[in-house]
Amino acid sequence: MNQKSALHNFHPAGDFASLPGQEVEFDISTKDVEINMGPQHPATHGVLRVLLKANGEILTGAQCHLGYLHRSAEKIGESVDYVQYLPYTDRYDYLASMNNNLSYALAVEKLMGVEAPERAQYLRTIVVELNRVASHLVAIGTYGIDLGAFTPFFYMIREREMLLDLFEKICGARLTYTYIRPGGVMNDAPPGWLDGVKEFTDIFDEKWCEYWDLLMENKIFIERTANVGVITPEQAIAWGTSGPVLRGSGVDWDVRKNNPYMLYEQFDFEAVKGCGYKGTLGDCYDRSFVRMYEMVESVKIVRQCLEGIQEGEVQHAEVGHALKPAPGEVYAGIENPRGELGHYIVSNGEKIANRMRVRSPSYCNLSIVEHMLPGCMLADAAAIIGSVDIVMGETDR
Amino acid sequence: MIEFLRDLLGFETWLLVIVGALISFLAIFGFVAVLAMVAVWLERKVGGHIQVRLGPMRVGGWHGWAQSIADSLKLLMKEDMVVLGADRVLFKLAPAIVMATALSTFVVLPFSPDLQVADVDLGIFFVLAISSITTIGVVMAGWGSNNKWSLYGAMREAAQVASYEIPLGLSLMMPVMYYGTFSLKAASDAQSGWYGMQWYIFSDAFWIAIPSFFLFFTAALAETKRTPFDLPETESELVAGFHTEYSGMRWAFFFMEEYAAMFLMGAIGTAFWLGGYSFPGMNLLEAGSFLHTVLCIGSFVTKSMLLLLVMIWVRWTLPRLRIDQVMTMGYKYLTPLCLILVFMAAGWEYFKFAMGW
Repeated sequence: MNQKSALHNFHPAGDFASLPGQEVEFDISTKDVEINMGPQHPATHGVLRVLLKANGEILTGAQCHLGYLHRSAEKIGESVDYVQYLPYTDRYDYLASMNNNLSYALAVEKLMGVEAPERAQYLRTIVVELNRVASHLVAIGTYGIDLGAFTPFFYMIREREMLLDLFEKICGARLTYTYIRPGGVMNDAPPGWLDGVKEFTDIFDEKWCEYWDLLMENKIFIERTANVGVITPEQAIAWGTSGPVLRGSGVDWDVRKNNPYMLYEQFDFEAVKGCGYKGTLGDCYDRSFVRMYEMVESVKIVRQCLEGIQEGEVQHAEVGHALKPAPGEVYAGIENPRGELGHYIVSNGEKIANRMRVRSPSYCNLSIVEHMLPGCMLADAAAIIGSVDIVMGETDR
Repeated sequence: MIEFLRDLLGFETWLLVIVGALISFLAIFGFVAVLAMVAVWLERKVGGHIQVRLGPMRVGGWHGWAQSIADSLKLLMKEDMVVLGADRVLFKLAPAIVMATALSTFVVLPFSPDLQVADVDLGIFFVLAISSITTIGVVMAGWGSNNKWSLYGAMREAAQVASYEIPLGLSLMMPVMYYGTFSLKAASDAQSGWYGMQWYIFSDAFWIAIPSFFLFFTAALAETKRTPFDLPETESELVAGFHTEYSGMRWAFFFMEEYAAMFLMGAIGTAFWLGGYSFPGMNLLEAGSFLHTVLCIGSFVTKSMLLLLVMIWVRWTLPRLRIDQVMTMGYKYLTPLCLILVFMAAGWEYFKFAMGW
């Protein structure tokens, strides 16, 4: 539509009739409508606020406003000691607390130059990968809700419940675990716990097929996600995305593969990449596709852990409650369910870190969203924001 | 009833009209209110069991049967709120219009051979005409709410309902042509042969009836704003669509309208395709007897509720479409398919006429 610049620029129709060969102009001046999506909106997965500009159903502009859940986590990291900060890491990405713990624990261990005992590393890998499955279950389930499919979410919650029960048995908490600590893990697995994990890995493949048939093969789901919100590999790299968003665009980058930590070199698994399975490479469907197959790979890793795990200590003897690492600075990044979560710590040799910096994947992934939205339909906004799978606790910290 | 009032109580005609209208209104309103409660409870239970949970279990004891009653009481007692900056007249009038249209369409439903408020000759036209007025109420609600999400919901409703009226109307032409009547009662009567099993989908034109029923059902889903066409009230996109700003009884009116409209669509499907009030073996009973009437009503309501149940089932199974996909489906697929079927049905009727069947 060719818009007139002034708001009330009224022309009698006769004026246009006398201009042959020119485009027809509408003499009703129209203005894009500005809509506030969030911070209390069901599709923004928390307190994200997106200021949308729309011409009817077509979006013409978008701007993300962050900070509604800012809790100064990094600053707190510079005022409490190393072990005390651990529970705060749970609260970044509350769907994958184990991973947050691990990232922080690895950074502190790197700073101190110690390594956790082998059994602790196995236990860490098991809980981290199970947590990745739990997180992806929520991610895909809520994505279904974003698109109007309520039922798959409950099926996924059913299996997530099994995982949460397992986590509850091992550390007493269901959401904020604080299980993985600098130097090892909180405590050894209780008797029979590993059998519970095995039970889960045994039933999971069958359940996975259920989700696949119910959601991923659904014609309407494919129509809504394929060819929507395409991120080219170049864009994905340029915007600093990571995790399923990056791999959904076909970029082969997984911190577990490319920059291995702990025992990941030993395990046989694949970094799942998007391939434009139902549409274009890097569309919303591909990102869900990557998450779906990552769950399979995670369960594969857990099975290998169950075979390899040996009896032994679970906490490094020299790492206690009062840590005083040597002066220095480290960065340790791990593959969180949402991407690369890294801790950058500067130590002055005191009990308290001099600088604590968190590289959070949701924040970087979110940066591309407002560039994807213009040109889409209003309904695609929910599909795109959901496919990037942000957790505002981690974005704002 | 009317004979009773006229002959025994000596009512004049004008009084008869008023009293008759009042009685019908109360009967329909009571029926719709109870129906909405049952349907809501059913939706929550069915949705719950589909989603591996139980749904309401506490209120009233047995499977939470009193949940809807408790909810209605709560809604009745809630504060009547009008948002700041709303167009008060439109805001308050909208639920009334929506509810009134939903109720008035029930006038032509033939619950049994005797139980029907008015046997309008152009019954199905009446239903289509009145039920599209609902859109005006929804647009009023969206505009009057002073909320952009509401406005979006209202505009979507207007666009969607206007475009799905066409396939809905066209799909109804097949039974109308077959039975040669617009009246729901006449169509139901025509289907009560063969011991109550001469339904349109079992008739000689079954090969037209079955596809046209599916087309009708799809259009009916769009018409009643049910998933996968629930764009006017998409929870995840438009917060709650046109009724975002409503609360209390006004909101409940929108809710009741939705279930009334679902039942209405089920009832139309029943009356034209699934034999209306006929049930197997109905000719064995004396027409007009008490048992016959009760079974007719039961049969009609059961069939309509089964179609409503399918709508609920669809809702908890499918994701929702995008507005352009909804439009594409309506104009590019449903309407042409309906037109083809209309021609086929007309051809079949002419063929039968020409062959002297």
